[in-house]
Amino acid sequence: MNLTLKVWRQRGPQDKGRMVTYRVEDVSPDMSFLEMLDVLNERLILEGDDPIAFDHDCREGICGMCGMVINGYAHGEQVATTTCQLHMRHFEDEAVITVEPWRAAPFPVVKDLVVDRSSFDRIIQAGGFISVPAGSAPDAHSVPVKKADADAAFDAATCIGCGACVAACPNGSASLFTAAKITHLSLLPQGQPERDSRARAMVEQMDAEGFGGCTNTGECTASCPKGIPLDTIAQMNRDYLRASK
Amino acid sequence: MGRHYTEGEPIRDTKAPAGPIEERWEKRKFGAKLVNPANKRKMHVIVVGTGLAGGSAAATLGELGYNVTSFCYQDSPRRAHSIAAQGGINAAKNYRGDGDSIYRLFYDTVKGGDFRARESNVYRLAQVSVNIIDQAVAQGVPFAREYGGLLDTRSFGGAQVSRTFYARGQTGQQLLLGAYQALERQIAAGTVKMNTRHEMLDLIVSDGRARGVIVRDMVTGEIERHLADAVVLATGGYGNVFFLSTNAKGCNTTAIWRAHRRGAMFANPCYTQIHPTCIPVSGDYQSKLTLMSESLRNDGRVWVPVKAGDTRPAAEIPEQERDYYLERIYPAFGNLVPRDIASRAAKNVCDEGRGVGPGGLGVYLDFADAISRLGRDAVEKKYGNLFEMYERITGEDPYSQPMRIYPAVHYTMGGLWVDYDLQSTIPGLFVVGEANFSDHGANRLGASALMQGLADGYFVLPTTIGDYLANGPYGEVDDEAVAEAEAAVQSKIERLLSVNGTRTADSYHRELGKLMWDYCGMERTEESLRKALERIPELREEFWRNVKVSGTADELNQALERAGRVADFFDLAELMCIDALHRTESCGGHFRAESQDADGEALRDDENFAYVAAWEYGEQGPVLHKEALEYEYVTMSQRSYK
Ligand SMILES: Cc1cc2nc3c(=O)[nH]c(=O)nc-3n(C[C@H](O)[C@H](O)[C@H](O)COP(=O)(O)OP(=O)(O)OC[C@H]3O[C@@H](n4cnc5c(N)ncnc54)[C@H](O)[C@@H]3O)c2cc1C
Ligand code: SF4
Ligand code: FES
Repeated sequence: MNLTLKVWRQRGPQDKGRMVTYRVEDVSPDMSFLEMLDVLNERLILEGDDPIAFDHDCREGICGMCGMVINGYAHGEQVATTTCQLHMRHFEDEAVITVEPWRAAPFPVVKDLVVDRSSFDRIIQAGGFISVPAGSAPDAHSVPVKKADADAAFDAATCIGCGACVAACPNGSASLFTAAKITHLSLLPQGQPERDSRARAMVEQMDAEGFGGCTNTGECTASCPKGIPLDTIAQMNRDYLRASK
Repeated sequence: MGRHYTEGEPIRDTKAPAGPIEERWEKRKFGAKLVNPANKRKMHVIVVGTGLAGGSAAATLGELGYNVTSFCYQDSPRRAHSIAAQGGINAAKNYRGDGDSIYRLFYDTVKGGDFRARESNVYRLAQVSVNIIDQAVAQGVPFAREYGGLLDTRSFGGAQVSRTFYARGQTGQQLLLGAYQALERQIAAGTVKMNTRHEMLDLIVSDGRARGVIVRDMVTGEIERHLADAVVLATGGYGNVFFLSTNAKGCNTTAIWRAHRRGAMFANPCYTQIHPTCIPVSGDYQSKLTLMSESLRNDGRVWVPVKAGDTRPAAEIPEQERDYYLERIYPAFGNLVPRDIASRAAKNVCDEGRGVGPGGLGVYLDFADAISRLGRDAVEKKYGNLFEMYERITGEDPYSQPMRIYPAVHYTMGGLWVDYDLQSTIPGLFVVGEANFSDHGANRLGASALMQGLADGYFVLPTTIGDYLANGPYGEVDDEAVAEAEAAVQSKIERLLSVNGTRTADSYHRELGKLMWDYCGMERTEESLRKALERIPELREEFWRNVKVSGTADELNQALERAGRVADFFDLAELMCIDALHRTESCGGHFRAESQDADGEALRDDENFAYVAAWEYGEQGPVLHKEALEYEYVTMSQRSYK
């Protein structure tokens, strides 16, 4: 198949950036979206141009490094799929595809499609952990955990920290990401001692980073490659209220 | 053509304490000097890598009060390749009461490694394994549980007990997030300074000791020097030398290769693990391979057509014209033979022209029987996410037609040589996780890499590095050594940018990878290895004459990053082939066609090869140092799975 790509190019944070059009031919439907970009980049390098910079690593949908807005959808239109797991068979021959970086003030563009998501790390730093120095843990079976709780904690813990939820949200809110971690830890007995301080600190850090507020539009869940459910946000709000009392 | 190497002095002392094996680690811990708590803050440790090994090491050193600087090439420490591990983590908890014990895990690991690992190290690994599960659970790692609220386990290849703890198909992710969160906690506490998007490009050795690293800020291109009292490398495996592997795209050998060039010996580079169940290559553009969990072999049946060149769709091939070759050749273990055996059998049937799918490089993994026996729902419950992943990548529905699978490079048992303290041959340079060679011998058992990475990082290194630091301080760092390392990095970058040839780094990497796969892959022969050793230097020479890297040094430049990594892969590839050529026996993942028994199984040569091959870098070719392996507890025997 043959495609026309309109890709956001921006040399660096100071550059204003612009859309640039590329023609890509002989694309195999079995290629992943990133492999299609690899092929284009090989050509650009040989032509002496700068290849399109994009983040990626595992290419299996688990590291959370990849992410671009494709035709207006974070990670593309395919549900529950990261950019690296999106395949070209979902596009029509002669399609015109726009490719842009995540757009949110707390995710400044580094170059082209690469953004700085260190704000997510700082939200975790604020309290997204259980304080237990190595070597101090009791036997793993000393605290049984109900299977249902363990499963629900796991579901929330599958967040890959990609940032699609922020990119998809009209308010640029990081609520789904933050709530996923708060929910994971507050469902487990091990997470109880720090539950209040964690919720407070993480929510405050999220606000301090400049992420927007949640107005329940649900765009985050819809674009989340791991299907983190919206009710984690309700859990976060409950924990935050509880902590503020 | 003669030998490609010379032989040096054997390695006599690995620093493991003497005495009964169960007491050695206790003894070492007690013998280790302690650093005065007030002094820890003044001691600076660099940790490169934030996977299970590096993340846990940096967090723990921070907790102990050291002044830690950590690096990774991704945008966050949470993205290290450990995140991709699926199956699980072994531990000798014996929660099932099924006869497991520290001794049994030790035994299985030594045997699984085909008697090419050190007993002392493996025993310690088995001992520490129980603490890992405690630590992870306390951190909130959501392992699978049973209805009674206790931890669930499953069995894994090479073991007859159920000792693998897991978090659905995402065990690596959950364990890494546990380590990452502990690390972020230390970053917030100010004990660890994190540098993401920084790539280590050289090691600073001053007065014979590792004293720092040269890194490139991948955003600004700035070359930075970081000095310390000790350096820890936790930079993962080098499977990407094959270009196509199940590793993440950025996995590289640069950090350990640079350390090797500076004096750290490289052990057993030829030991690579090929995983039997991966999704086959679909075209030239293929950028990586995806693993399908080994657990699928519990219910899937592996087969190919009896006749070579049979291109009928699977459904049209009648039962009697199918060859369930694993069940036929290995009636006792059937589809569950160990990884190396399953991989080689797949290669053999494809070599006979009986492979399926594009290019004939694939075999079927068929669930039709399981679906009719257990029902589609039960199969979906067990493997649903894997089936989905398969369908997403191939566009084929594994419920209605068999999966196609093929072996792929997955893990590297080789790595920098370390002693019992995890210290390399450069004093002050410690190596943890997949980057070292320590515990898996010639073949790693499933679910043991996660165990080793966390054992190293949470429990072993923090003790042994303390001993090294307590024996310091080691004086001022020589300015000239720093300047020289920095200049070497600068000049390599300038060289890569100035060639301005006609081929991309990736295209060379693909060609190198193909060559390694064909000549130093699942099966190696003297002839193939000699061919590789002829071809690699030619290709490397062409690379340095004809590679094209666009852009500049002082910006985010992914073309430059790749070219630098490929350059080091060339040198490593050569050493791998030299190692593979010199080891004329077959063992574990290293299969020399010349060394097989009448049934075509790997044949070890214990008399001549019961040693670790530690290679020293030499301008005139590598120098081999042998570390003899002695087995006091486990009797060496030939593996058999028939
Ligand atoms: C698909 C897959 C599934 C697996 N499943 C299992 C399993 O079920 N059970 C099991 O036990 N094992 C499994 N393994 C193996 C296991 O995941 C790895 O061996 C292990 O995670 C390696 O951990 P590590 O900490 O040593 O390195 P990694 O996790 O690879 O981390 C390397 C770190 O080093 C950094 N780094 C690398 N080079 C540089 C450089 N030059 N400069 C700066 N930083 C650098 C990276 O940024 C990263 O932070 C699997 C492997 C794969 C590929
Ligand atoms: S909640 Fe979903 S979309 Fe948001 S960071 Fe996590 S995985 Fe990505
Ligand atoms: S590259 Fe890892 S999730 Fe896409």
